[in-house]
Amino acid sequence: MTTTQLKDPPISKRLAKNIKRNFIERVIEIILMFAALAATFITIGIVYILVTEASGFFKEVSIIEFLTSRQWSPLFEDAHYGILPLISGTLTTSFVALSIAIPIGTVAAIYLSEFASHKTRESVKPVLELLVGVPTVVFGYFALLFVTPLLQKINPDLPTFNMLGPGIVMGVMIIPYIASVAEDAMRAVPMNMREGSYAMGATKFQTAIRVVTPAATSGIIAAYILGISRAVGETMVVAIAAGQQPTFTFNPLEGAATITAYIVQVAMGDLPHGSLGYQSIFAAGMVLFVITFVFNILGHMARKRFAERY
Amino acid sequence: MAQNKLNIKAEAKNLNFFYADGTKALKDVSLPVYENKITALIGPSGCGKSTFLRCFNRMHDLYPGNRYEGQILLHPDNTNVLAKGVDPIEVRMRISMVFQKPNPFPKSIYENVAYGLRVRGERSKSAVDDKVEEALKGASLWNEVKDRLQDLAFNLSGGQQQRLCIARALATDPEIMLFDEPTSALDPIATVNIEELMSGLKNKLSILIVTHNMQQAARISDYTAYMYLGEMIEFDATDKIFTNPGRKETEDYITGKFG
Repeated sequence: MTTTQLKDPPISKRLAKNIKRNFIERVIEIILMFAALAATFITIGIVYILVTEASGFFKEVSIIEFLTSRQWSPLFEDAHYGILPLISGTLTTSFVALSIAIPIGTVAAIYLSEFASHKTRESVKPVLELLVGVPTVVFGYFALLFVTPLLQKINPDLPTFNMLGPGIVMGVMIIPYIASVAEDAMRAVPMNMREGSYAMGATKFQTAIRVVTPAATSGIIAAYILGISRAVGETMVVAIAAGQQPTFTFNPLEGAATITAYIVQVAMGDLPHGSLGYQSIFAAGMVLFVITFVFNILGHMARKRFAERY
Repeated sequence: MAQNKLNIKAEAKNLNFFYADGTKALKDVSLPVYENKITALIGPSGCGKSTFLRCFNRMHDLYPGNRYEGQILLHPDNTNVLAKGVDPIEVRMRISMVFQKPNPFPKSIYENVAYGLRVRGERSKSAVDDKVEEALKGASLWNEVKDRLQDLAFNLSGGQQQRLCIARALATDPEIMLFDEPTSALDPIATVNIEELMSGLKNKLSILIVTHNMQQAARISDYTAYMYLGEMIEFDATDKIFTNPGRKETEDYITGKFG
């Protein structure tokens, strides 16, 4: 084809709308939109099922009892439906895990982002991220068969099923999540801000603590929220190593069941569909959903408050 | 110019600089920085003027593999800033820097200015208060911010942020201030403010400024150095450089035939 041929059609024709091209663009847009909407619809579906199944549960059990009774034994002859023991178990194991993961994860992030040489960072980060790939069931048995016996050497009264061991293991499991996200946030702080600090005669440590960390606050909070969600939602480690005995206690030296451990226990059992015991896992699931939702909202607010503006 | 009355504050002598990849960015550069004068470094992009400026406070040390050869002597004590035994942090305590893009810290206006004092371990609140006020006045920013010292520095306009960075650099009483194209990110009015500020500051300290704007060099500097491809082509009084340069290359650059 020569250039003269290209010029042949009259101007009005060359500038006319290209119907085929517009059609393809439109189709692509719709496909992309469905991909984006899929996740939204699935979330809405989950909430819908949680609410409908849980409403069946709340027809039988009063919300007052659910929220105030300190006994959870829906599968027993003498059934009690107080969610508090499961909440206490969830919060206690999460607290133990986070009091390990947040400090160590933050310090690891500061080291990797501000102190480690390029070579060190490139070799440490993959190893750290490998930890993320370990199946949680492995961590569960690690807690039950290694960490708890170790803790029992220090404190012989510690029961085989306790919240401390799995809490610690869960903390170790969460470190890479927090370290990785927080490190990304710190590395995103522009170099010219660091240079400003060094030019004032600040040391590396002063720069990391006084300039880089505050500048990355919103990303660091996002890392913590991710860690909290992981801890609250973690299932296998606590189901295996914390015992599955719902007990209302905040003492990590005792065994207890978490919301997730209860759900997995019932879901794997042979309760008939529609029974009260079966529906109780949806009520428990809804509480779990509310807890993570609240943390996410708080995190979102905190991130907005500290949004980067450099 | 009565050069005999001038004191030399700092002096680069046969300075060579190599980046980590082996590029030789400065070739045998020598330059005096006179006390209470403004010395401007001009030249086309990539000529090494910023690289040269950043040698004075050892900023290149932040990136591994960079290497200096030669000397930058700091008078009156004749310290070679580049010597192995000299701590770059000590150097930066005496020679401060203002950057191309305003880079306030994510802190309040007050804490930005107090930063240098804090990292030096100053604990007395009244001493910090006094210094912050003095520095903000020195940077002609006090009247605009005195009622909102606890506001976040990012709430200031670009020109105010740059004056805040100057106040931050002033608060620790440096002997020399380095400016790396300090007005290139600012509008004309803010630029005039900063230029007036620099002209006033030279009574207190010595200034070395990199600028790509020749009119700016002509307006504010006492001495001008023209650099090209990592070499110092010519250094002289600003009047002389802009009216009767000694070298053909300099003349071509300032008349716009080149660069």
